[in-house]
Amino acid sequence: MDRNLTHRNRRRVLKAVHFVALFLTMAIICIPGLWIVLNSFRPTVEIMAKPPVWTPSFTLDHYRAMFGGAGEGGVPVFSYFRNSMIVSVTSTVIAILIGMSGGYAFARYRFKGKGAYFVGLMLFRAVPGVALSLPLFIVFARVGIIDTHFGLILAYVAMNVPFTVWLTDGFFRQIPKELHEAAEIDGCTRWQAFWKVEFPVARSGVASAAIFAFLTSWNEFALASQLTRSVGSKTMPVGLLDFTAEFTINWGGMCALAVLMIIPALILTFLVQKHLIAGLTFGGVKG
Amino acid sequence: MPRRRFPEWLVLLLPAFIVIAAVVLIPLIFSLYSSFTPYKLTRPSTLWRWVGTYNYEKILTDAKFWAAFGRTVLFLTIALNLELILGLGIALMVNKVTWGQRTLRTILMFPMMFSPILVGFQFKFIFNDNIGLVNNVLQSLGSNTALPWLVDGKLAMFSILFAEIWMSTSVFAILILAGLFAMPRDPLEAAKVDGCTAWQTFRHITLPFLMPFIFIAMTIRSLDVARAYDIVQIMTGGGPARRTELLWTLMSRTGYVDARMGLANAMGYVSIILSILFTIYFFRKLSAARAELGMAG
Repeated sequence: MDRNLTHRNRRRVLKAVHFVALFLTMAIICIPGLWIVLNSFRPTVEIMAKPPVWTPSFTLDHYRAMFGGAGEGGVPVFSYFRNSMIVSVTSTVIAILIGMSGGYAFARYRFKGKGAYFVGLMLFRAVPGVALSLPLFIVFARVGIIDTHFGLILAYVAMNVPFTVWLTDGFFRQIPKELHEAAEIDGCTRWQAFWKVEFPVARSGVASAAIFAFLTSWNEFALASQLTRSVGSKTMPVGLLDFTAEFTINWGGMCALAVLMIIPALILTFLVQKHLIAGLTFGGVKG
Repeated sequence: MPRRRFPEWLVLLLPAFIVIAAVVLIPLIFSLYSSFTPYKLTRPSTLWRWVGTYNYEKILTDAKFWAAFGRTVLFLTIALNLELILGLGIALMVNKVTWGQRTLRTILMFPMMFSPILVGFQFKFIFNDNIGLVNNVLQSLGSNTALPWLVDGKLAMFSILFAEIWMSTSVFAILILAGLFAMPRDPLEAAKVDGCTAWQTFRHITLPFLMPFIFIAMTIRSLDVARAYDIVQIMTGGGPARRTELLWTLMSRTGYVDARMGLANAMGYVSIILSILFTIYFFRKLSAARAELGMAG
């Protein structure tokens, strides 16, 4: 009887600890982001207030300044958003097409040195962006594609191809070979068999690879900060630094831009979150 | 005359090879060459002067470089280990939850969408000594001093580590969680019947099964360890007085601020080799773990 009771108490304590730990973890994950969102709606006076003000008031000033073109501090956020969109979407589409063909080759053909090719491809992804930006800066300046959308798109395609190959390879491997063989017996060419049979099956995998490619381009800073110079090509991560002057920082404005940056990423990720996890694990474990 | 045909796999892989050769390989060869010259951006003619291994000798005898190098390795070791342990803990906790699991998993994905530069900015704001959330809370709770989070060397390192771990732990948590979901039930029940303690079950059944998932997370992580550059760059810029200088910030300062490209490229090669070693190490671990579980194919 007594032993039973202590046992039950112990379980109760464990349950409480589990709950508290989980709650704290989730709080630590959520609070920083929520704090940014909250502060994008607070007037600058209140953000800077000493002692701190804990009851937030509401203003859209930062957003108004942001979208008003050359508003407070003159940060042309709209152009940055457009640049980011153009560069990310274009580079994602190209990287997916190239990566898919590479992934298909790894999944369906046998050839000498396949493993070595694969690891070699991955190693190019491991080159740190900063280290790559030094020579890329010089080469692009020489060729004359620095500070253009094209240059940045090119860089991001190369950056995204290896990981796209990895993910799509995993997904194509999941599809039984018999599927395209059957299609070919029925009179399809290899090309038709791929687009009509195999691609639809692997679509969710391709989608998750695309999201990863998009997020990488959308969020990239090290390369973009060197390869872009003007309003015509700067992306949002680079634009974020426009809010920092030598000694002052426009916190509210930065928060508003941060919110603008996170929204597309958020929507995309939630749309395909199930495939995202599947993509990562299938690609890796069984690949 | 018979035309030689490329095999199909080569044709399929060719676009990937071409793009990577053009954008990564050629610049890297160029940077390898320029790391043997005293190349300065301001004086293009210096590109043609060969100085042999002068740049490498210079950085290898430079205390500042070794300090940054050591700090980078230490930083990565602490960050990766803590991320793994915390990620494993979070995954086990979420796995035990009986309802609302999907919501929790969605929340877990939250930091993955953040740009590293955004994470840096966010924590620069939160750890600001004057108006930051942390100090405001501490002061409202009665502490009188404002802790100089980003001004003191040790605290700044802690803040950067915190930001890095906040950003990357969820990668581990999500992948390990996926592993836990995929785990077969039978061995666990058999262990229970045989009288294993919870720890024994975890140590000898759960953990070995999770190993490939852990190594995937490690491999994915090791592919872009240099993301920490963005965080450090915006949070402290390597300061105060170089106390948070990592290999990458030192390199970018040498290259872009001092315009000494030759020297910076030599550092770049050291950092590239470091990244590649990390990646190869985890790739090998991954294939070993896969082979053990018979998942190779």
